[in-house]
Amino acid sequence: MALPQRKQSATEARLAGLVLPAGGWSEPPRREALDRLAAMGLPDRRDEYWRFTRPDTLVQPEAPSARLMADDEAPLFGQTERLRIVFVDGVFDAAASDDLALEGVSIERLAETAGKDIHWARDLYGVLEARGQTPVQRPFAALNTAFASDGVLIHVTGRPSKPINLVYVHESETSDVILHHVVKVDAGGEATILENGPAAARFNKCMEVDIADTGKLHLVRAQGRDHDRRAATHVFARLGAESVFKSFTLSVNGVLTRNEVVVELTGDDAIAHVAGACVGDGDFHHDDTVFVTHDAVGCESRQVFKKVLRNGAVGVFQGKILVKPGAQKTDGYQISQSLLLDEDSQFLAKPELEIYADDVACSHGSTSGAIDETALFYLRSRGVPHTEATNLLTLAFLAEAVAEIEDADLAADIVARLEGWLARRS
Amino acid sequence: MAALDQTQVKEGVDQETVDAVREVGGAYKYGWNTEIETDYAPKGLTEDIVRLISSKNEEPQWMTDWRLEAYARWLTKEEPKWAMVDYPEIDFQDQYYYARPKSMAEKPKSLDEVDPKLLATYEKLGIPLKEQMILAGVEGAESLPAEGRKVAVDAVFDSVSVGTTFQAELKKAGVIFCSISEAIREHPELVRKYLGSVVPVSDNFYATLNSAVFSDGSFVYVPPGVRCPMELSTYFRINAENTGQFERTLIIADKGSYVSYLEGCTAPKRDKAQLHAAVVEIIVEEDAEVKYSTVQNWYPGDENGKGGIYNFVTKRADCRGDRAKVMWTQVETGSAVTWKYPSCILRGDDSQGEFYSIAIANNYQQADTGTKMIHLGKNTKSRIVSKGISAGHAQNTYRGLVSMHPKAKNSRNYTQCDSLLIGDQCGAHTVPYIEVKNNSSRVEHEATTSKVDEDQLFYCRSRGMDEEEAVALVVNGFCKDVLQALPMEFAMEAQQLVAISLEGSVG
Repeated sequence: MALPQRKQSATEARLAGLVLPAGGWSEPPRREALDRLAAMGLPDRRDEYWRFTRPDTLVQPEAPSARLMADDEAPLFGQTERLRIVFVDGVFDAAASDDLALEGVSIERLAETAGKDIHWARDLYGVLEARGQTPVQRPFAALNTAFASDGVLIHVTGRPSKPINLVYVHESETSDVILHHVVKVDAGGEATILENGPAAARFNKCMEVDIADTGKLHLVRAQGRDHDRRAATHVFARLGAESVFKSFTLSVNGVLTRNEVVVELTGDDAIAHVAGACVGDGDFHHDDTVFVTHDAVGCESRQVFKKVLRNGAVGVFQGKILVKPGAQKTDGYQISQSLLLDEDSQFLAKPELEIYADDVACSHGSTSGAIDETALFYLRSRGVPHTEATNLLTLAFLAEAVAEIEDADLAADIVARLEGWLARRS
Repeated sequence: MAALDQTQVKEGVDQETVDAVREVGGAYKYGWNTEIETDYAPKGLTEDIVRLISSKNEEPQWMTDWRLEAYARWLTKEEPKWAMVDYPEIDFQDQYYYARPKSMAEKPKSLDEVDPKLLATYEKLGIPLKEQMILAGVEGAESLPAEGRKVAVDAVFDSVSVGTTFQAELKKAGVIFCSISEAIREHPELVRKYLGSVVPVSDNFYATLNSAVFSDGSFVYVPPGVRCPMELSTYFRINAENTGQFERTLIIADKGSYVSYLEGCTAPKRDKAQLHAAVVEIIVEEDAEVKYSTVQNWYPGDENGKGGIYNFVTKRADCRGDRAKVMWTQVETGSAVTWKYPSCILRGDDSQGEFYSIAIANNYQQADTGTKMIHLGKNTKSRIVSKGISAGHAQNTYRGLVSMHPKAKNSRNYTQCDSLLIGDQCGAHTVPYIEVKNNSSRVEHEATTSKVDEDQLFYCRSRGMDEEEAVALVVNGFCKDVLQALPMEFAMEAQQLVAISLEGSVG
């Protein structure tokens, strides 16, 4: 079916300024992604999947400019020994990065390997993204596969001794960045990937994750605070038998964020947890869109999303659990909750279930409301000042999402960021 | 029903529930056909057909114009595709839009003059068109006080209303209950004021189609302060082959009034699917209350999914005044395809909307149903309880919207939707939309059976029941509450469903 004219024009305008990197193993999948994109077009506000979030500023040809914010907080994950890979406005910064050699993992850059004829990433690059395009279209991910300027290719063969930290520094007010990472975890391998920083004025990031049987991957990311930045990110994860994927995302402000996580449980007894905590103040729009497909027996999935909103901030949650025929003994859980700290903020949610197997336990819950007055009164009556009591209850509200981070030090880091946010607004 | 008999049922699902679903989805009891001569309008839909329907109903010019405007709009609209239902393309030109028994060419002046064949049809359906005190066939009805059991019936057969009972007695109370075609002629000021005011002409594809071609339906007006002295009901029967039924119901509950309205429907077994697109509009003024109950039992198609009714219905209640209250109760067991979202607009402060639904889909049935609760006024409350049961190869979807507008301060919503799958070839889906735009309102969407009232659970536990027993008791008690909210007249069909437990259900 031909695209509507307005969609066609908007897509062409966006593509006009982009150059598809030619040559090497990545060119064929990039061209296929471009074909996918041409067939679906970039989204507009009439698309059901963008019902709650306007994609205009992500589609327009030029990135809207974003002021730079002084970061006066201690570096995130500073207490954790880690291998740092730094991108400044999407450009790899060798001087600021650590040596990429680490036992149990091979780390390469997309831009450096793309010229080669053959690479392990060829079997995954754009492959998981393409799988994730049905039943719902994700045009920004196809755009990403086609035009990514760089990214890292991480092959986890063992158990690296420290987390790999992707640091995204934002220095230009008009930077428009597309990065694409591929992560492959071998059987028995286990690794942690940390991501932090605002990255760019407009950031389109895609991560494809393939976890073999019994492999484990932990992903903890923080998307930068107090910023005019805009971001559209995708994670496509495919899980083999008895494998584990745990992801947590902290979003502290940012004028527009759309985080899509697409998980496919293809091996029996796999476990996927996708969690997020977001705190928004003022002109802030944060959208978590999650799609979990159960296509094997005995798998467990959890989606835990908590949003604290004030001064007109908007929180969106679109979550889906799809249980395919035959995916018996599925345990699917999904919770999305918002705490609205004042009258102006909004919470928009669409928590969906689509189930084609009968021996499953799937549940979802979604709530929205203000701070519990009774709990507040209780704390006040114990002599806790109002602000402190509110902050305490807010942190308690977010705790279920933060608890999804396995590593206690990383979780403490995230809590410190949340406390910082609360303190700045008290 | 062989398929269901052989189905392996997962542990934890009550055999009683399986039996009840089998009973409900078993041999369709109303699939017979009345041999009666019928006048049809020419096949297809054109402006002339719209004019013809209007002239058959002896409508004033403004009504004809209203229909023609709707028809013009319909031509510009596209059929909605978002529901999780899959059916072959409908050829809107391959249908009859008007079918009337020949004997109804002259409208009978009283029920005594109605064609005995038609009367016999309703008799056979268990809806005798007699002004009798007790409903025949309703077990236990005899023991109830006679006046409490009176039910006025408007019987719609294909495109026309056959007759309405108890009109005189209702008139004494000031209640107007008649067919919509009669209301257009006799009470044009009321119809003109309210028709299309809740479901606008161009609301959606099917509502627009209905606005153009509706042939009959029921009209209710309850004046201020009047408690309608009896239950009102409409019974819709599709009989003619290859004919769509498009009925329009308009209920107005003026200030401080109360009315309970029931709706039932059946159709003969036909190999070819038939279209039914209805619109129901309810206006609830200050302090008024309306209960609207439906047992939808259109022919669901055979066990291979052949035939059945495509049921595309727009139902909406507008709580215009403060403290207005509306309650939708539906038991959906029929239709090959159901597309139906009875909704509440809670405009008045302190107004309340409730939606209780049990949807059972078997064989190749597909149901996409739910509700919308639009909170506009302060302190408004809504409650949604939806139980979906799928068996065979059926697909059952709950789709709903809860919207709290910025000015709807201190409002509350509680939603519970549970699904139960019987067998591994069917599907159960939940698609709720939640939009909260103020912080003093509380919205809760729950979908687990363990979230039953903690106090009730505690009470049961303190009496020595174990956790499981207590949950079962509370949940079943709750389900019975929903069913008991149904008026007596639907009790027989509803009783079969009481056995349905929600153990082993998924949210």
